[in-house]
Amino acid sequence: MSPATPTAPAERTLRTATTNGRAERPIIAMRHISKIYATGEAEVHAVRDVSLTIERGDFVAIMGASGSGKSTMMNIVGCLDIPTQGWYWLDGVDVRLLDEEALAEVRSRKIGFVFQAYNLIPRTTALANVELPLAYAGVRRQERRQRAIEAIEAVGLSERMSHLPSEMSGGQQQRVAVARAIVTNPAMILADEPTGNLDTSAAEDVMRIFSRLNADGRTVVLITHEADIAAFAKRVIRLRDGQIVEDYRASAVTDLPPRLGVERTIRTVGSTG
Amino acid sequence: MTWRDNLRIAIAGATSNKLRSMLTILGVLIGVGAVIILVAVGTGSSAQVQANIDRLGTNTLTVFSTGRFGGRSTTGTQSSFATMTVGDVQQIERQPYVQSVSPVSSTSVTAAYNGASDSSATVTGSTPSYLSASSYSLEAGSSFTSSQVTNRERVAVIGQTVVSDLFGTSNPIGRTIQLGSASFEVVGVLATKGSTGIQDQDNVVIAPYTAVQDELTGESSSFSELLIQGKSSSTLNTVESEVETILAAANNTTVANLPFSVLNEASLLSTAESTSSTFTVLLAAVAGISLLVGGIGVMNIMLVTVTERTREIGIRKAIGARKSVILAQFLYEAVFLSLIGGLAGVAIGVVGSQFRIDGVQPVIAPYSIVLALGVSIAVGVFFGFYPANRAASLRPIDALRYE
Ligand SMILES: Nc1ncnc2c1ncn2[C@@H]1O[C@H](COP(=O)(O)OP(=O)(O)OP(=O)(O)O)[C@@H](O)[C@H]1O
Ligand SMILES: [Mg+2]
Repeated sequence: MSPATPTAPAERTLRTATTNGRAERPIIAMRHISKIYATGEAEVHAVRDVSLTIERGDFVAIMGASGSGKSTMMNIVGCLDIPTQGWYWLDGVDVRLLDEEALAEVRSRKIGFVFQAYNLIPRTTALANVELPLAYAGVRRQERRQRAIEAIEAVGLSERMSHLPSEMSGGQQQRVAVARAIVTNPAMILADEPTGNLDTSAAEDVMRIFSRLNADGRTVVLITHEADIAAFAKRVIRLRDGQIVEDYRASAVTDLPPRLGVERTIRTVGSTG
Repeated sequence: MTWRDNLRIAIAGATSNKLRSMLTILGVLIGVGAVIILVAVGTGSSAQVQANIDRLGTNTLTVFSTGRFGGRSTTGTQSSFATMTVGDVQQIERQPYVQSVSPVSSTSVTAAYNGASDSSATVTGSTPSYLSASSYSLEAGSSFTSSQVTNRERVAVIGQTVVSDLFGTSNPIGRTIQLGSASFEVVGVLATKGSTGIQDQDNVVIAPYTAVQDELTGESSSFSELLIQGKSSSTLNTVESEVETILAAANNTTVANLPFSVLNEASLLSTAESTSSTFTVLLAAVAGISLLVGGIGVMNIMLVTVTERTREIGIRKAIGARKSVILAQFLYEAVFLSLIGGLAGVAIGVVGSQFRIDGVQPVIAPYSIVLALGVSIAVGVFFGFYPANRAASLRPIDALRYE
């Protein structure tokens, strides 16, 4: 089923005012997105007519019951899957016009993925796993190594660099996955239940890393079941039966993430106040 | 992504299941090794045939008498056999494709010199052209000349066996040897030629036919055998039919009833040669099939690998791998397996070809190594392409969902 002929919405729908008044392109602009899975006889409407705009620098948690369409949404946002209907601009680019190769390029340059199941390449060291996105992006060996080491240091795993995934705990593997997601310096991090397999303290480690990344200006979109995890985000979107039923903003896009870390928050508050 | 990155990933992939990769490599190894060894055996047996051809001398016809003939009477002891005359020889010599005609009168005698003797030397009486027609070459001295034939001079050229039997290490040139009761002066020594298997071609004495007929056989200007050298092997069949026509006319008979037999060495040998090249082709085909089977093994394993690593492919695509990169990764892996198999196969093939196989010393054909290696790479590309393309065409979302 091909999407309806694009009749581009008015330009202003793609631009929102930032605090300083300058018009800036949202990183994600979705209009009337639907995804229908045709399984045998029955059709499953996983996402129904969703319109969503996400600003650059936002930290968004998507919540909802199992089967409510969160992963389907995320896969569309991450250009891993194609919507059945609707328009989607990623950083101003109309994704429907891109072919396979171009989509791979977009994924490589703009998006970092973190999955619930870690999804590290087996039998490949942490460092090599983190280097991989750079290799696919065509970065030269020397620079690749340097940047991968920096990314691993950023998630606090310097001493596990040459370990294989099978030699690491779930929390450590997930931190490697985060390092791999940020190594290409993407504008946006997408995480589908990144803490789903982790215990509370490992989950908090990962969430603190996300908060720091967001504080550095990266857009973070994550899926979670847990309110504790959603509390790290600036904005919480709730899905039910493929539709947005709640869109709650906890803090402004331009603010620091709500739970960046107590000391740091105090210091920041002190310095701004 | 450079070729080195691809190679590293391919090697990591191939070594992740060592036993399986080894078995796949073994399939290619056996195929390539078989191609090299069997082609070497084929080439070796061709080389043996070729060596025989070279030794016997090509483009010659041997005409010999096969039976009694009542039409034309001849004198001497062999009157009951059909023979050829000097006139026949001259007529055959005038044919356009004929290089030379050498009449042959031969017998076996005891050769002796100074007390030493060689009891079974073959004495061949002929003309000087006999030497080149039979591929003899001189090692020392010279051949007898045409005028010596005309003058019925008793001179001789002797083979290496005769030299060693009669003279040991001393120089035989200018010495006089006894052939039966006659004395012949040695004017030349032949280079060694080896054995045909039944006959020692070095145990020979070659002398003017006139002298041999005078002293040993008693024939007079009639021959039971001719050695005809054609100008080229391609026209030898023409010469053969001309000779038959001439002899039939000279004897007032038909070609079908000719009391002479014409032995065409070229056709005999070319039959042997084509038999051995058919043999080589057959061996190569068998080996080629085993290489094909090895290639199917590569494809089979690559399909399993792609299925096993579906999820990994999804991850790679999610983190930015393009279709072409995934294609390259699996192609490299397939080619890596088949190339390792190919190189090991070349090693096994080269080692295996050092041994005599069923009486044949294999001769490694360089083309077979290049071919086998090339084919093994091609096999990797060809049989790796389908699985690799299958991997590359997976949609990332489907690959990621794969359990
Ligand atoms: N490949 C598919 N084929 C058919 N139906 C699918 C497919 N993927 C998802 N669905 C259906 O679409 C709906 C939404 O699925 P989705 O995976 O987006 O849910 P979710 O919100 O991520 O759930 P969970 O919290 O359990 O991960 C479900 O009803 C699911 O059965
Ligand atoms: Mg899900």
